[in-house]
Amino acid sequence: MRFSIYRYNPETDAEPRMQRFELESVSRGMMLLDALLRFKEQDESLVFRHACGEGHCGADGVNVNGVNVLACTTRLSILREPVQVTPLPGLPVIRDLVVDMEAFFSQYRAVRPYLIADDPEPEVERRQSPEQRAGLDGSFECILCACCTTQCPSWQNNPERYLGPAALLQAWRFLNDSRDTATEERLNDLAGPYALFRCRTVMNCVNVCPKDLNPTEAIGRIRRLMLKSSL
Amino acid sequence: MNLPRRRFDALIIGAGGGGLRAALQLARGEAHVAVVSKVFPTRSHTVAAHGGINAALAHVVPDNWHWHMYDTVKGSDYLGDQDAIEYLCRAAPRVVYELEHMGVPFSRLPDGRIYQRPFGAQSQDFGGAQAFRTCAAADRTGHAILQTLYQQNIRARTHFFDEHFALDLIRDTDGHVLGALVLDMASGEPLLIESKTTLLATGGAAQIYKTSSNASINTGDGLGMALRAGIPLQDMEFFQFHPTGIVGKGILITEGARGEGGFLVNGRGERFMDRYAPNSKDLAGRDVVSRAVMTEIREGRGCGEHENHVELRLDHLGTEVVNSLLPVIRDICQTFLGIDVSREAIPVAPTAHYMMGGIPTDRQGRVVAPERHGAEEAVPGLYAAGECACVSVHGANRLGGNSLLDILVFGRAAANHIAEYLGEHRYHRPLHQGSVDFALERLARWDRTGSGETVPGLREELKSTMDWHCGVFRDETVLKAGLDKLLDIERRLDDARLRDHSRRFNTARIEALELENLVETALATVVSALGRTESRGAHYREDFPQRDDAQWLRHSLYHRDGRQLEYKPVRMKPLSVDSIPPSIREY
Ligand SMILES: Cc1cc2nc3c(=O)[nH]c(=O)nc-3n(C[C@H](O)[C@H](O)[C@H](O)COP(=O)(O)OP(=O)(O)OC[C@H]3O[C@@H](n4cnc5c(N)ncnc54)[C@H](O)[C@@H]3O)c2cc1C
Ligand code: SF4
Repeated sequence: MRFSIYRYNPETDAEPRMQRFELESVSRGMMLLDALLRFKEQDESLVFRHACGEGHCGADGVNVNGVNVLACTTRLSILREPVQVTPLPGLPVIRDLVVDMEAFFSQYRAVRPYLIADDPEPEVERRQSPEQRAGLDGSFECILCACCTTQCPSWQNNPERYLGPAALLQAWRFLNDSRDTATEERLNDLAGPYALFRCRTVMNCVNVCPKDLNPTEAIGRIRRLMLKSSL
Repeated sequence: MNLPRRRFDALIIGAGGGGLRAALQLARGEAHVAVVSKVFPTRSHTVAAHGGINAALAHVVPDNWHWHMYDTVKGSDYLGDQDAIEYLCRAAPRVVYELEHMGVPFSRLPDGRIYQRPFGAQSQDFGGAQAFRTCAAADRTGHAILQTLYQQNIRARTHFFDEHFALDLIRDTDGHVLGALVLDMASGEPLLIESKTTLLATGGAAQIYKTSSNASINTGDGLGMALRAGIPLQDMEFFQFHPTGIVGKGILITEGARGEGGFLVNGRGERFMDRYAPNSKDLAGRDVVSRAVMTEIREGRGCGEHENHVELRLDHLGTEVVNSLLPVIRDICQTFLGIDVSREAIPVAPTAHYMMGGIPTDRQGRVVAPERHGAEEAVPGLYAAGECACVSVHGANRLGGNSLLDILVFGRAAANHIAEYLGEHRYHRPLHQGSVDFALERLARWDRTGSGETVPGLREELKSTMDWHCGVFRDETVLKAGLDKLLDIERRLDDARLRDHSRRFNTARIEALELENLVETALATVVSALGRTESRGAHYREDFPQRDDAQWLRHSLYHRDGRQLEYKPVRMKPLSVDSIPPSIREY
């Protein structure tokens, strides 16, 4: 199987290049991460992130043939050859497939991604009905892999001002938590033409999310909530 | 060399559940805290914990901390320290409620309280009916806890050094720990972090095995750092093999799957656990179930063409249960095996999972080492918590759901003691260049050029050696042969060379540094296993199949220097209740 992989070390390279790699035998069920690990054995200077290898940790987001994926859960058998592997788009490259995710995480931090509950703390848990709790399904599972945000054309055009699908999904996760008391502040944070409203429902985020989450829908819900609260 | 320096009150190495819980406790106080992690915090392996965290909340059936304590002592095969276990079980409900207040999205019961599921080796009334003690957020409990802790640390403005690799502790001639030398991975340059206190929370080390449920980052770095700083490791022979890893891959299928009603069958379709654990069956202790699975396989009753596994069946649970309570298991099996668990059985075999041993600490998380005044002497300025530490609450075998509890209870306890220590030690001690040179040399060693063995080559050899020579069943011949191989690998490590000598995000260099820690950890494990001539918990010696309390009711301490073993007594006296005396362990 033939691969073409993005290589760039700003320390030594004048500019990026694509390097060819070949995989002799592809066994059934082999994942893209397995291939990258083989290539690293051949050429140890090839650099990418990975950790759990099972799709839980979100470390190994890369772009394959134009689409963002997690390397560890992407089967080689579904990929078109030559497989083009490049870093997640729109973020500065540190080296090879490793991007600087600070911009992404600072947008995450900007939505105050933590429970704010101002009422007195009971000595046991706060009650939450199974139905209220079900409202968190579809958002708390996000692994911050950045596949969605870096594939979003609105974010690519306005990376400084539009928060992007991942951060907004987390904004929704707390807005929709029956225990959170900061709804008004959260909505205020998102007001204005850019932070939230740049979403053009292109739905790239939904298509690429490795956890099958739906940030577009969450963005729609935040808008509706905003509308309701401004009436 | 002009080394950049930073100064903090508290340095925490590791941003998993243990490190983040400690950081939060300190950041909410007045301390100036730095957290160093070789991966972005939410990538830490706590993320992979599925099943849940134990606390006797009694939400489903009657329960109390004393029963939890009894199960934990029994589960530990009586090697756990009973004072620490009492502390653990009594603190559990509070720690879980705190998590809920921080925002962990626990699953809920119809009345709105936290959902609890049954897990292995949990009983009511000191060995009676099955308890429901494991608090869960579906089967994403670790992910939910890790993210929540990270989020609250953002709120508390904890200072993070993400993607910084800790190389070694800095220790002065008086034995005080003064911080650590770390490597900024992006720039590839070393950075000295001076700190009045240092907490090791670097997690597990199952990467010493080939078949493992652990992330590639679980390389025992904290253990290597402790050993190189002259600190021994405790009870390293006790490595837990989880009975249900996906065969050939090692990927974990949580015990929660059996908790929700799944069961194991052999190649003849028999529910063989009936024979090994007539009462608890599939929910017996992990060591018991793993040995049962291996026995079925070794005696020719395995499944599949190679008869090298057994099957875990969930197909009778119904899609509703699977979708709401085991969605991660459903997805893992779909992704990695292409099977639908609501119709097909999962092929499983034991997988290296959890290290019961580690850096010896007391109940306050202080690292203790026999240096001058006995085995319980604290190393000034040094703390450890989480999987890398050995308090010891798990003894010879950990119960499912007790590790998330351990990392949080003792992460928090360590932070409380650190705060106290900081009150008494207001100034940084002087740090001399000499104490940093050792760590710098270790880094410089990898700049040697030329041809030589490769890091991945040696690493794969080490992992296979551990699989073959230090697995579920052990004996002297097999262990000795394993030790010889490891010693050979250790010798050859000196000849290993990197090809890539660049600085910027050089992961080959990181892997080389990790390999050094893997070698240290593997040696500690095998030497300790050879030393213990009895069978207890996860350590099963075919040449010494009985537990021997007269001689072996004691902890081992492995010293790097001369690879010596020494022993210290188990603390049998709890804090307030009667001691639970050793008895025959049956499930
Ligand atoms: C698949 C799986 C499922 C599990 N399920 C459960 C469960 O349901 N219930 C339960 O109780 N337990 C479970 N466990 C066990 C439990 O999850 C772990 O024991 C626990 O999460 C370990 O937490 P920790 O904070 O000690 O370490 P980790 O979460 O592993 O964190 C270690 C941290 O140290 C950092 N680090 C390591 N080395 C260095 C270095 N050299 N420099 C800088 N940073 C470093 C890492 O970056 C990371 O941040 C499970 C384990 C696995 C593998
Ligand atoms: S929403 Fe999905 S794609 Fe986006 S960061 Fe979260 S897990 Fe990744």
